[in-house]
Amino acid sequence: MAIKDYIRERFFPHIWCPGCGHGTVMNSLLRAIESLGMSKNEIVMVSGIGCSSRISGYVDFHTLHTIHGRALAFATGVKLSRPELNLIVPMGDGDALAIGGNHFIHAARRNIDITAIVMNNRIYGMTGGQFSPLSGYGTMATTAPYSNIDHAFDTVELAIAAGATFVARSTSYHVKQLSKILRDAILHEGFSVVEVLSQCPTYFGRKNRLGSAVDMMEQYKNDTTPIGSKAKKENPDLIERGIFVQKEMPEYCVEYDKIIEKAMKGN
Amino acid sequence: MKENIKFVQGNEACVEGALYAGLEFFAGYPITPSTEIAELLSYRLPQKGCRFIQMEDEIASMSAIIGASLTGHKVMTATSGPGFSLMQEALGYAVMAEIPCVIVNVQRGGPSTGIPTHVSQGDVNQARWGTHGDHAIVTLTASNHQDVFAMTVEGFNIAETYRTPVILLFDEVIGHMRERLVVPVEGEIPLVQRLRTAVNEGVDYHPYLPREDGRLPMSDFGDVHRYNVTGLFHDMWGFPSDNPQVVHDLIRHLVDKINNNVNQITNFKSYYLDDAESVLISYGSSARSALHVVELLRPRGERIGLLELQTLWPFPDQLVRRTCEHAKHVIVVEMNMGQVLQEVRRVVDQPRKVFLANRIDGVFITPRDIRNIMRLVQGKGV
Repeated sequence: MAIKDYIRERFFPHIWCPGCGHGTVMNSLLRAIESLGMSKNEIVMVSGIGCSSRISGYVDFHTLHTIHGRALAFATGVKLSRPELNLIVPMGDGDALAIGGNHFIHAARRNIDITAIVMNNRIYGMTGGQFSPLSGYGTMATTAPYSNIDHAFDTVELAIAAGATFVARSTSYHVKQLSKILRDAILHEGFSVVEVLSQCPTYFGRKNRLGSAVDMMEQYKNDTTPIGSKAKKENPDLIERGIFVQKEMPEYCVEYDKIIEKAMKGN
Repeated sequence: MKENIKFVQGNEACVEGALYAGLEFFAGYPITPSTEIAELLSYRLPQKGCRFIQMEDEIASMSAIIGASLTGHKVMTATSGPGFSLMQEALGYAVMAEIPCVIVNVQRGGPSTGIPTHVSQGDVNQARWGTHGDHAIVTLTASNHQDVFAMTVEGFNIAETYRTPVILLFDEVIGHMRERLVVPVEGEIPLVQRLRTAVNEGVDYHPYLPREDGRLPMSDFGDVHRYNVTGLFHDMWGFPSDNPQVVHDLIRHLVDKINNNVNQITNFKSYYLDDAESVLISYGSSARSALHVVELLRPRGERIGLLELQTLWPFPDQLVRRTCEHAKHVIVVEMNMGQVLQEVRRVVDQPRKVFLANRIDGVFITPRDIRNIMRLVQGKGV
C-alpha cells in the first residue's frame, strides 16, 4: 500500500503551520506502518487535544480524537475491550505530561500494549505559545515573558521510572531512525514510549530566537547523538537518540486473560 | 427459582441489573458509598469472560468506558460526588460524540469531600448541568432494590436507543441498605441491543448522519468502517467543523433526540393520586418515607397521594403539571435544598402551593419529618 492510501485526503489541507515538525512525524509513522504491512482496520489511533492530536483526523484508521490529556485513558478502554487491535497514541508534550501526566505514568505502570508518541515541541502551540512542562528553565513563552523558572521533565527517564517496557527518542530531523524506532515500538508487546523532538518555529522558535524550521532541524542534528556515543562522553549536554529500554514483561491484556481463565474455572 | 431471590445491598442490585442488561466492560475508581459496585464487578465480570479495570482516577474511568463502548460493548462506571465532578469533562464528550454508556452516582453529602458515609440527594442539578455547554441528559433513580435493578436495565436500554450517556442517580441509603431482590428470569425485561449499520464494506458509512427517526447506527472500532470520533462539533463524517449550519444542526439533534422523547424516557410510580388533595412528590430513598406517610394517613381519611419520579432528567413537565392540577398543596420531599422543588414550581400552574419537606444534615428523612412540614402547610400548627 502506498503512503497516500493511509491518508484521508478529503480532510486536507492540514492545520499545521509551515515548517512544523508534526507532518514529518506523521510521515515517518505511516512509513513504519506501511513497512509492517498492517491492515488499516486493525489500527486505532487515539489522540488528545493540541496541534499533535490533529494527526488522528488525517489518517485512515479508526480514529478517536478525545479530550486534553486523556488520550491514554480512552486508549486503555479500547485496547482492553478489544485486545487484538493495535493502539497508537500521538500526544503533545503538554497533552502527555502536564494535563495527561497521571494517565501517562499509569499506562506505563500497567504495561498495556499501546504505542505512545510524545511529539515534543516544548510549547503549547494551539493556544499560541505558552510554556509547557518540557520548555525548560530559562526559555521564553507568552506565559513566561520574563523567562521560565519551571524545570523540564526528561520524558525518557520518566517513562522508564514509570515502568514503560520500550522507551526511545528521536527527532524530526532523523526521519529514517524515527521510522525504524516507531516500527519497533509498534511491534513491541507492552507500553512503548517514543519521544520525538519536533520543531515549532512559529511559537517556540520565534520566542526563543532559534531561527527558521531548517535552523531548528539543524540544531536537532547538532545537539543530539546516538545513545552511549563518544560524543556524549565528551559533551554531556548532548541529547541521546535511540532505544533506551526494550524488555519483555507481562502485558496487561494478556494478564487479564489469565484472570478471566481463573474466574471462569472457579464457576 | 430460589436462587433468583437475593438479600442484597442496593449497590449489589445495581450490579445484578447491569449484568442482566449485558454489561461487558467496567472501569472505576474506589469511592464511598459506591465502592461495592466496583468490588463486585471485579469478581463477576471475568466470570463471564468480560473485563474490569481499576483506573488511576474517575477522569480516566469515564474515558476508558467511552473507549470500550466504541469497540461495541455495553459499558458502565460508578462513583459518588467528588468522582462525579471529575467525570463531567468526559461525560460531555460522551454527549457530543453520542457514546452509549451508563454512569452510576451513589450520592453522598457535598460540596467537596462533604460527608462521605451519609446520605444526600444534592447532585440532581449536577447530573443535569455538571458538564459545560448546552445539552440534554438522561437521569434515572429508584427507591427500592427491585426498582434499582429495573432502572439499571432501563438505563442501558435508553443509552443504546438514543446513543447517550445515562446517569443512574442513587443515594447512600439505597446503596447500602439491604433488602430483597428477585432477579427476573432471562427475557422477562426486554433488552435493547446496539443498532449497528447495515452499510457494507467499501460503501461510504456516515457515522453521524441520523436516520429519519433520529437514531444513528454504529460501527464498532475494529470492524470494516473506519471513521473519526471527536468532541469538537463535527459533520456527518465525524470530522471537525465550524460551519454554522453544522454546529446548529448538531446541537439541535443532541437536544431534540432526548427532549422529543420525554414520554418514552419518563418512568414514574403513582400512589393514590386520583383524588389526592395533598400531593407528595419524591424520588430515591426519600420516596420511601413519603410513601410511608401516604399509607399511614390514607386509612385516616386524608386524601393524600405520592408521585414517585424515576426519571429526573429530562424532567417530566407534563406529568408533574397534570398530577398537581387539582391539588390543594404539593410537597416535594427530598434531601437537598430544593433541587426538584424548583423544577416542580417551574412547571405547575400555581407555584405558591408547592412546598418543600427536606433534610440536609446527612440524616435520612423520616415520615415524622414530612408530617411536621405537612401540619404547617395544612395550617394545623406544629
